[in-house]
Amino acid sequence: MSVSPHVKSKETVGRIMWTVSATLVPLLISSIFIFGFQTLVITAVSVLSCVAVEAISQKCLHRPVTIKDGSAVLTGLLLAYVIPPGVSILVPVLGAVMAIYVAKHLLGGIGSNIFNPALIGRAFLMATFPVAMTSAWLSPSAGGFFGHVQTGVDAVSTATPLFVLKHFGIQGVIDKFGSLPAVYNHFLMGLRPGCIGETSAVLIILGGLFLLYMKYISWHIPVSVVLSVAFFTWVFGGDAYFTGNPILAVLSGGVLLGAVFMATDYVTAPSQPIAKLIYGTGIGAITVLIRLKGGYPEGVCYAILLMNAITPTLETHFRPRRFAPPKGAAK
Amino acid sequence: MKQTLLTFLDGGVHPEEGKDLTAHLPVEVMPTPDEVEILLSQHFGAPCQPVVKRKTMVTEGDLIGEVTKGLGASIHSSVTGKVKTIGSAPHPMKISTQSVAIETDHDAPQKEYSPCDWQALSREELLARVKNAGIVGIGGAGFPTHVKLAPPPQAKITTLILNGAECEPYLTVDHRLMLENADKIIEGAKIILAILGIGECHIGIEANKPDAIEAMSKAAKDGCTSGDCRISVDALKVKYPQGSEKQLIESITKRRVPAFGLPMDVGAVVQNVGTAKAVFDAVVLNKPLYEKLVTISGLGINRPANLSVKIGTRLKDIVAFLGGTKENLAKVVLGGPMMGFAIPNLDFPVTKTTSGVLFLTNDEIDTTPYSQCIRCGWCLEACPMGLSPNEVGIYVEAGRAEETGKFGIFECFECGSCAFVCPAKRPLVQFIRIAKMKAKR
Repeated sequence: MSVSPHVKSKETVGRIMWTVSATLVPLLISSIFIFGFQTLVITAVSVLSCVAVEAISQKCLHRPVTIKDGSAVLTGLLLAYVIPPGVSILVPVLGAVMAIYVAKHLLGGIGSNIFNPALIGRAFLMATFPVAMTSAWLSPSAGGFFGHVQTGVDAVSTATPLFVLKHFGIQGVIDKFGSLPAVYNHFLMGLRPGCIGETSAVLIILGGLFLLYMKYISWHIPVSVVLSVAFFTWVFGGDAYFTGNPILAVLSGGVLLGAVFMATDYVTAPSQPIAKLIYGTGIGAITVLIRLKGGYPEGVCYAILLMNAITPTLETHFRPRRFAPPKGAAK
Repeated sequence: MKQTLLTFLDGGVHPEEGKDLTAHLPVEVMPTPDEVEILLSQHFGAPCQPVVKRKTMVTEGDLIGEVTKGLGASIHSSVTGKVKTIGSAPHPMKISTQSVAIETDHDAPQKEYSPCDWQALSREELLARVKNAGIVGIGGAGFPTHVKLAPPPQAKITTLILNGAECEPYLTVDHRLMLENADKIIEGAKIILAILGIGECHIGIEANKPDAIEAMSKAAKDGCTSGDCRISVDALKVKYPQGSEKQLIESITKRRVPAFGLPMDVGAVVQNVGTAKAVFDAVVLNKPLYEKLVTISGLGINRPANLSVKIGTRLKDIVAFLGGTKENLAKVVLGGPMMGFAIPNLDFPVTKTTSGVLFLTNDEIDTTPYSQCIRCGWCLEACPMGLSPNEVGIYVEAGRAEETGKFGIFECFECGSCAFVCPAKRPLVQFIRIAKMKAKR
């Protein structure tokens, strides 16, 4: 069939997925310098597993195999980025099966999944490997970016700043790094324990700006997530109301990675600006709630998954402004 | 001078313009072909009935098809010669339609027209000349112009808008017409203003045609000497579909024509600049509409051109005149690349509403197979009507096209912006067409 329009834009699903994947690569490189080669191994295993699981799933489900479109690669990268660097390589393999086969293809494949596959993968791993997923942290190289290569899984076991923050308060975090400016400095550069791809704030922000420039994402979701986390932490996160540290809250854990790369996933996020703001604000609020009152030190993953669940409702409720609809038409 | 560019608010896309191929080429008159085939359905409304018989001799400009019922516009012979057959010809939208084929008598003298002073004519006479000349909206829809220029008494028309946006990629005939015949367009606009009994006219031109804006501004200034005549040129932002009637009205008047409404509901009448030129020819020269400017373009034709052709000229004759097509030709499109129709062969004749014929190669068109919707929402941002093409597509694929009325599909004018931006290359316009056939209004 040959139907109008006969010309199309140059953007393709593949181009989007591969571009976002490429935007994530600097984070991988920095994680290698920060945590050692183990991060490369885990990321490679995660990506290869996701691609393999996608191909096998699609074969089994008698659907066209679309591994070339880069979406499995992207999921693989994101899955690895929300795993601690010190886990066994079996962990990402299982995460990939859950993310790609269960959360994506059993729900209909690309575009039909309700929940972010990479985060379903992480949530599954949190349930199945609770110890590894909450304690296999590695200490970043103390001596600067390039001087240090770590090899062992059991190199240094340490606690994440959020864990310290939850149990010892902000003074505990400051004690670990020396001073508050030193804390910010380390956090911006990613020199802190954390999941593989979540620590380098500067690189995540640069990646987000690039995606904004490419018009692949809009500002609404990242900005509302960040502002919401900052606001609710400022109000409720201190010893008294309005004394929490919003900057530390945004720079720690997976807030930035989640805000820029996870919450903006087309499939699982709403499309309309107001809905995006509600969605992002909700993610921030739930994140802070889990951090302050929940059992886990970090809540971004569950916050995004919970808001994914109400995306269809937001999408139904918030539609584009019609040009000049007839009276009584659905809005 | 930096001028604020007018535009519509929601949606719109920026396809590659592709106008460089022909924008610089003056309109060239194509020699009359040996035979023309004139369709009897070239307008919005019922087809005309032929008033000539086989072997009748006709002269250039003679009436050959007349309106017998309802809306319509009469059809004239574009050549002098003998009626060869009254048969049927392929039609881009209606599959086939009745047609009159005329063999050209190349020895017949050229028909001459001499100008008259239209100011001396009454409003009824002006309108009658427009009607008798068989003028239709030549921008594409083909709505009979004399009907548009005689709005019902309850309509309060305040503004005439001339559409010189030419937002479809590749097409450059309106651009050339504005450069080469600016004075005649303005005179045509004055005639239309006289028929409508109003004084205000805006000519909307996309900012990618600064020379046309300049030429038209100058002609408007020179031609508009009396106080009641207020013709101005409005520079429009380059954004597709700027030339769509509703979007153009919004850009210029800031008013939105309601769904299923007409421009007159917001006091506007819109005419293409080419139609204004046709009105000039009809009224001042008493010459019917039987010649058409067409852009022949694309990388698949040997010599792209802006041509003035006789209506009824078959595309194959045009192709032969322009040195044939290239080997890598992949698709022939009647009209612009965003809204035009792909055609299977070159037997189609030029009609009053043909604005271009594009010979596109694989480098220019997209043949990527489509995949599942990834819900990026780009189509929602692109749709100038604020509709939800993504949802319609998903419903149609799921066999639930009947339920798509709630998405406002009948307000869709199939501009193609949604399918243009879709990264999954989904044929969204086609899905909407299917939905329109199955859903209840």
